Amino acid sequence: MADFNAITLQLKGIRKAYNIGLPAETEVLHGLDLTIERGEFVALIGPSGSGKSTLLNLIGLLDKPTAGELLITGQPTTQLQDRELTLLRAKAIGFVFQFHNLLPEFTALENVMLPLLAARGRPDEAMRLRAAELIEQVGLTDVGKHLSNDLSGGQQQRVAIARALVMQPALVLADEPTGNLDTKAADNVFDLLRRVNEASDTSFLIVTHDPRLAQRCDRIIELVDGRIDSDKANRVSPP
Amino acid sequence: MNSAMPFEWILAIRFMRQARMQTLLIMAGVALGVSVIVFISALISGLQTNLFKRTLDFQAQIIILPPKEISRPLHQAGDGAMLATLVQPRAQRLQSVDQWQTVLAQVAKMDGVSVAAPVVSGAGFIVRGEANKAVGLTGIEPETYLKLIALNSKIIAGTANITGTDMLVGLDLAKDLGVWTGDKLNLQTASGGTATLSIRGIFDYGNSGMNSRSVYIALRTAQSLLDLAGGVTSVEVNLDAPFTAETVAQTIQAQTGLKVDSWIATNAQFFSALEAQSMSNTVIRFFVGLTAALGIASVLVVSVVQKSKAIGILRATGTSRQQILRLFLLQGALTGLIGSLLGAFVGWLFLIAWRNIAINADGTQLFPITFDPMLFVYAAVGATLVGILAALFPALQAARLDPAVAIRG
Repeated sequence: MADFNAITLQLKGIRKAYNIGLPAETEVLHGLDLTIERGEFVALIGPSGSGKSTLLNLIGLLDKPTAGELLITGQPTTQLQDRELTLLRAKAIGFVFQFHNLLPEFTALENVMLPLLAARGRPDEAMRLRAAELIEQVGLTDVGKHLSNDLSGGQQQRVAIARALVMQPALVLADEPTGNLDTKAADNVFDLLRRVNEASDTSFLIVTHDPRLAQRCDRIIELVDGRIDSDKANRVSPP
Repeated sequence: MNSAMPFEWILAIRFMRQARMQTLLIMAGVALGVSVIVFISALISGLQTNLFKRTLDFQAQIIILPPKEISRPLHQAGDGAMLATLVQPRAQRLQSVDQWQTVLAQVAKMDGVSVAAPVVSGAGFIVRGEANKAVGLTGIEPETYLKLIALNSKIIAGTANITGTDMLVGLDLAKDLGVWTGDKLNLQTASGGTATLSIRGIFDYGNSGMNSRSVYIALRTAQSLLDLAGGVTSVEVNLDAPFTAETVAQTIQAQTGLKVDSWIATNAQFFSALEAQSMSNTVIRFFVGLTAALGIASVLVVSVVQKSKAIGILRATGTSRQQILRLFLLQGALTGLIGSLLGAFVGWLFLIAWRNIAINADGTQLFPITFDPMLFVYAAVGATLVGILAALFPALQAARLDPAVAIRG
């Protein structure tokens, strides 16, 4: 369930270094400050090696910063244990990755159900209905019963979006969600993300290389060499 | 998705079903191991039960005997110097157990004693026409002795219930002398006793030595023939629990001061053979179990690597470390359980086949195999535990996987 705090995400002086104490110690993120408000639709761009993925992992609570504080819907996270992080991640954050998003052993519908199942332990009818509703929302009612491997790349990304939304998270993190798709499929997936964002209070942070897609976001943050190089609002021109 | 099933079960079963070849191969491996264990265990326990029965059916578990007579050399009055320079051990004459009625009553009342019977044994001759056979005489009270020794089951003609004028002879002796039940034989002993007794029953021990030399007569008849009026040469005892014989024997010895032998002491070789069998069975079980465990572990280690992306995605979408740990432990447990059930079934088929192959010339079984249903339960429980233990390392590996690294791959 989303926490309807006005501020979805807040980063305060976030640093991340690897190989700490070794000769190869490198700092990847050099003290980032960032706030994302409820319902924002943000693009994160930047060259390879700028620290985008590292930042996404930190925000997704998959990794811990070396210094600084990271608040999700107002809750500080750096002192949390793995168990609490897992719970917070489950209810507040949805992920859409570029590749291998789905479990091939399960149908599209079941993949959407997985986060609910992990949280509640056993499947029930309410879960099935919720998953079916989302599958319908992403336009895949016809293929919901198919194993995820049988779906096209675009369809798989739609399923991943449905799964990211199933827990009604405050924030959806998408890492190159269309990087793997042809232009048409990429546009469709992107449109879906926008529609979902407009219909809900969920904020979106989308990592992309594609300037065309970035131009369709409300705000564009550019990361260069582990620092925020620019952060500006973007007026979306109607397509 | 089956709605009765918890999350980890659903995942474990899907993972195993998807990696079909891996799952089938490792389950076949476990099944083979378990079938070997089931088969060998049943074989050895059947063999042991059989040996045990053969040993104990025809000998008492505890035998109480008079103490051995020893030579007591004379010593000179005064300085105590020995008068004899050469001391030979005494020849043991036939003697009675001192106060045997009291000993019998006392032993029969002891805890764990199922039956105690007085026995007179000694040497004699059977004379018929020109034939003259040396035999071992055993004087018995049928009402107690037949509970002690499974003689009844070996009677092939007549009955074992003898009175003072009856005798039981072995099949070979009866054939040698050309007699059968109802015939009379003359019995003599070295002490001059003589009696004419009628054959009441013929027994067959399946051993020609015993069949041609053992003769059973009534206790009183034996007493008078062997010049042992009112005495018995031994009191023989059976217990409810045969394996306690040695301790019970020591207790009786301490209480009566008589010589007391247990079957455990007199069959030391038999016991070391049983021990060796049990030990080899344990060694086989251990190594088969170890092999199965290593097989399960290696399959799961590979599976963790193959599934690392899936694990990363599951962790990113709210699956806890504990759930991932349980997911892999469960796969180990299920592999062990299903493999062992298959294996128990295959082992059971082996046993049925063995029953049909390993038969004596006359069509009877070489030895009866015991089908202990608990063996199947033990195999299933044991293999499940082995599966869980084997899965422990891969499961920890999976639970510790860094989701960020796993997803990036």
